[in-house]
Amino acid sequence: MLDSIQDPGRFGYQQFGINPNGAMDKYAATIANILVGNDINEAVIEMHFPALSIFFEQPTMIALSGADFSANINGKPIPLNHAVIVNKNTTLQFQSLKNKSRCYLAVKGGIKISKWLNSYSTNLVAEAGGFSGRKLLKDDVLELNSELADYKLPDQDDFKILPWGVNEDFGTQYTEELMVIPGSEWDWLDKPSQEKFLKNPFFISHNSDRMGYRLASEPLQAIVRSELVSSAVSFGTIQLLPDGQLIILMADHQTTGGYPRIGNVISTYLSALAQMQAGDKTRFNFTDHQTAENLLVKQQQHLTQLQIACKLRLENYIYENN
Amino acid sequence: MDQLPSYKISSLGDTALIIDFGNIIDESINKVVHSLFYQLQNDPIPGMIEAVPAYSSLTIYYDVLFIRNKLNKQTTAFEWVSEGLKKYISKENIETGDPQLLIKIPVCYENEYASDLSFIASQNDISAEEVIYLHTAATYHVYMLGFLPGFAYMGMVDEKISSSRKQKPVFVEAGSIGIAGLQTGIYPFRSQGGWQIIGRTPVELFDKEKINPVLFKPGDKIQFYSITKNEFEDLKSRNA
Repeated sequence: MLDSIQDPGRFGYQQFGINPNGAMDKYAATIANILVGNDINEAVIEMHFPALSIFFEQPTMIALSGADFSANINGKPIPLNHAVIVNKNTTLQFQSLKNKSRCYLAVKGGIKISKWLNSYSTNLVAEAGGFSGRKLLKDDVLELNSELADYKLPDQDDFKILPWGVNEDFGTQYTEELMVIPGSEWDWLDKPSQEKFLKNPFFISHNSDRMGYRLASEPLQAIVRSELVSSAVSFGTIQLLPDGQLIILMADHQTTGGYPRIGNVISTYLSALAQMQAGDKTRFNFTDHQTAENLLVKQQQHLTQLQIACKLRLENYIYENN
Repeated sequence: MDQLPSYKISSLGDTALIIDFGNIIDESINKVVHSLFYQLQNDPIPGMIEAVPAYSSLTIYYDVLFIRNKLNKQTTAFEWVSEGLKKYISKENIETGDPQLLIKIPVCYENEYASDLSFIASQNDISAEEVIYLHTAATYHVYMLGFLPGFAYMGMVDEKISSSRKQKPVFVEAGSIGIAGLQTGIYPFRSQGGWQIIGRTPVELFDKEKINPVLFKPGDKIQFYSITKNEFEDLKSRNA
């Protein structure tokens, strides 16, 4: 089990070796926050299957986005990508893994914890940030920032699913092919390996976690034999390991590394990558800065529109039902 | 410095770029990296999120959305930041003088904390006392931090105490001082590590309760001095 508190990440401290952490699928984490009317920087719970069960001692509004773990409240299923009003004394459980690998839970008003270095994200190595600097465990009690004061569910109802949902697919969420910008050591690969990188399938191995995904494929060859002096690496950096296999660095990556950087998965494709599971197949294709930046701008516009729409819907709903 | 080293700019994905002064460990080049880094800390290029100095490169993370908002559609944020950095990388703006800060770190080199000291001594055909003497005689430069929160890559050690890395990483206690090649460093946490361990410091290199949790910063100067096991335990108990 690995359920942890995350947000968009901790920035400005990589010069000290403190990495950004943050949600693996930032897009899904943002959608969950938007659905309950939160600021997009609010803390969310990132869950892996099997996930903890959550007992609500007070009424609140929640939203789930990302992986489908067959969520239910007191045994009755609730959907992803909808805001759900939850009554007190109810239990949220996750039955089975249906697809993807990380599910995000946002709670209206956010979770009451303090920031460490300007971020709620959990840094497991430094045992700092998030909830006591660690993953969530059985019997932990999380306090909420606010009570659900403006809407009251009848006592006999366990929950109420709000009638609108968001289609979370921006177009880059469900792809097997990841778009990549060539890395500074792309030229270190020999020609046949460069072709293999763009042609062959790569499989996510079981040795994959929040720090990085090891890939399995036909080994690639470097022509440059010299060692690389340590230099910065990022979420999405694809490195060539000495055995010819690749690793893709994920949200808990080290700040610097010494393996050749073959390429970097672009920002808008990190969600698809974050949701892949061991055994999944992926392919790489090159793109350029213009395309990558345009996609990022488009994604941001899409999220802003969703945020405005969800806020309006929530306000109207509460007004009409009070 | 008479002439600035040549550099190339490459991308680290769509949200960062690397200014690379060559694949080399060299103090004068590293000082150019630090000068550029501190210039950008004081006077950041608009849209900069953070900068990360390494041995011979500086990586700049930037906010694509913020920058693209100010530009016409034909220019990318990558091109704009690359261009904007040029004025920072000029001879007039690069200062490579030494900072004033010198940090002295007590180290206990006794057997209990120095699992690989005799290995380094025998590998280099010198005595354990000479290893300690040589390690404490030099002033080290903090080239960069990385690997773990607060882990400083320092150098260069005397060639007579240089050593290869271990074949396989082992668990290393917090405060352990290691040597790898001509580099020396301190593990801030108990972790896996492949450096040869020659001593341990009671000083806390990382304290999450502090506003700046990390003791060292890029460009600091470090000296080590030898303490006994009693002094080590005394200092350690005062931290607790």
